[in-house]
Amino acid sequence: MDEKRHIISILVENEFGSLSRIAGLFSARGYNIHCLNVAPTNDESISRMTLVTFCNDQKIKQLAKQLDKLIDVVNVKDLTEETHIEREMLLLKLKCNKNQRDEIKRLTDIFRARIIDVTDTGYTVELTGATEKILAFIESMGKIKIIEMVRSGTLGISRGIDSLENIK
Amino acid sequence: MKLSGSQIIIECLKKEGVEFIFGYPGGAVLHIYDALFGDKKIKHILTRHEQGATHAADGYARACGKPGVVLVTSGPGITNCVTGLATAHMDSVPMIIISGQVSREYVGSDAFQEADATGITRPVTKHNFLVDSRESIAEVFKKAFIIATTGRPGPVLIDIPKDLTDPKVKINFEYPKKVKLRSYKAPISESKSKIDEAAKLLASAKKPMIYAGGGVILGNAHKELAALVKNIGYPITNTLMGLGCYPATDNQFLGMLGMHGTYEANMAMHDCDVLLAVGARFDDRVTGDTSKFCPSAKIIHIDVDPSSISKIIEVDLSLVGETSKILRDLNKAVKPYLKNINKSALKRWWTQIDKWRTKKCLSYKTSKTIIKPQSVIETLYEITKGDAYVTSDVGQHQMWAAQYYKFDKPNRWINSGGLGTMGFGLPAAMGAQLAYPKSEVICVTGEASILMCIQELATCLQYRLPIKVITLNNRYMGMVRQWQEFFYEGRYAMSYMEAIPDFVQLASSFGHIGIKIEKPSELKSKLQEAMNLKDRLVFVDIITDQEENVYPMIKSGQAHNEMHLSPTGKDTELA
Repeated sequence: MDEKRHIISILVENEFGSLSRIAGLFSARGYNIHCLNVAPTNDESISRMTLVTFCNDQKIKQLAKQLDKLIDVVNVKDLTEETHIEREMLLLKLKCNKNQRDEIKRLTDIFRARIIDVTDTGYTVELTGATEKILAFIESMGKIKIIEMVRSGTLGISRGIDSLENIK
Repeated sequence: MKLSGSQIIIECLKKEGVEFIFGYPGGAVLHIYDALFGDKKIKHILTRHEQGATHAADGYARACGKPGVVLVTSGPGITNCVTGLATAHMDSVPMIIISGQVSREYVGSDAFQEADATGITRPVTKHNFLVDSRESIAEVFKKAFIIATTGRPGPVLIDIPKDLTDPKVKINFEYPKKVKLRSYKAPISESKSKIDEAAKLLASAKKPMIYAGGGVILGNAHKELAALVKNIGYPITNTLMGLGCYPATDNQFLGMLGMHGTYEANMAMHDCDVLLAVGARFDDRVTGDTSKFCPSAKIIHIDVDPSSISKIIEVDLSLVGETSKILRDLNKAVKPYLKNINKSALKRWWTQIDKWRTKKCLSYKTSKTIIKPQSVIETLYEITKGDAYVTSDVGQHQMWAAQYYKFDKPNRWINSGGLGTMGFGLPAAMGAQLAYPKSEVICVTGEASILMCIQELATCLQYRLPIKVITLNNRYMGMVRQWQEFFYEGRYAMSYMEAIPDFVQLASSFGHIGIKIEKPSELKSKLQEAMNLKDRLVFVDIITDQEENVYPMIKSGQAHNEMHLSPTGKDTELA
């Protein structure tokens, strides 16, 4: 079966060990975590994780069940099953000479990115968007030297007024 | 009531009705042991190794259904428990393991006897806790017992830093009646319509088969299962873990299935058109080649664990929930459809099964000069009238015990099915004997397995546990040798047991009685003599046929209808 990209949202008890239980489940079963993001929610006793993995339909069903079985996990949802919004943030530190400055400014405008730090020899740029946009922006840098790159990993939320917390 | 952390732990155990703690003291749990000193209600069983403690608690839980409790110290205390935890976790056995941890101020400093207990045990427990305050001890215990014993059961570890058990610091204690476990899901119950759909499908079968596993025993659903099977008149097979959940002597029972299952059970699996799986998890030792598993069957799966559904084999209909309740509901739902059952097709199916039975796949060549291992189990069955608690280690003896001892009742057959842990049998027998002091408890083992937890013979003497250790001594790691014969052209690399101890002397040096049996003619009388010594542990060393193999056998990656029924070579008989 074909491997597809899945965005898994997980609500977990905000306790020590929760993250390692989830990471352990992936490594023990040979699943790959492509990217991962964790932070507390408006209910501070709960953290929300967004995790991207590539696997086939049968595996993803099993994976969701295994995650749900973990005692710390409050709820699990594969966001890619329904309409959803995803965003990622990129921080890019670029080395640039005088000639490249205008080019970078132009590209940041096109992508609606922002320059958030300026020095004599470089810019740091911030960009938010879906993964394709982030990748396109990085691609557009061309010969401009990337000194450092940080990506948040994907964040996702379903469309409409349903909440992962209400489903419980 | 103001109590210290240690006293709180003991009180929590009492509130949960714990009778036994299996354990071994050490620095980080000395406060707890001090609080236990002189206690009249809870009996502490001092094993000779922490692995023995976990297997003993496991055997206790499997025999009587109550959670087994283990108390060990930090560092090597808890690392020695890892095999026992993995064993219990694989077979879904409810257990509570309390491990001491170094005081909070030393955690993470590589202190003496420090080990990351929750980290090490995370993959081999259903859940684990590192207690971080005195105030939370009672709540953690309450949660641990709920988690260990409900849903699909399993071992739960509670790691407690030593400073929290300090006898000088006392706090108010009240055992919570309820705890908040928002993220722990109780088994869901299935809708009437889904159960009805299953009933209809079941009744539509022309060649039905029921495949029941350990979940029936764990879920205490054997009565409900038997009621359904009798009501509907279908054939049934059991997994290794399920033996005893349906009476083996009943005519509808086809024996165990899988790698060393019977011809009739495996053939019926292969040919059936509707399969009802109950509390079983389609283990690789059961399915063989999954692409050839029950090729023409619609599959209904009843299980308490949603993650078991369609994990290995995609099923057509799943019923998730407590096995006993679902079986009861299904039995009710099936009644109106009984008249739809195609009686003549079912009769033809039974005729076919009876034909398969005539193969007598469990027959073996008898001998007057050398004891056949199969005959030992048959004789044991005869002497104990099939009513003993039988534990086993892992290997050929385990398979022979499973094949030739006909278990009519649940909880009588105690073995490490999932993890396959050698060394499990003797300590597990201790747990079973403590749960049922008046019953006959037998540990069927081999000369290799028994040496892996032999130290527990000392525990047996201390608590006067009259276990009968039946060693099928073939001077080989039998199953390893069998595989080497089949798959490595008879190169017996490291599977010959040189320097085997004199088990009779060994038993007597531990304060027990040892008996050696070498001739087929004395097998029955000497086994009887051993069983008659009701109040003593008797170690029976039986010299058996060295190169006997376990048959039938489905080799890895083959299908249910590709069994080998007799030795490879000339008289190889492929089913």
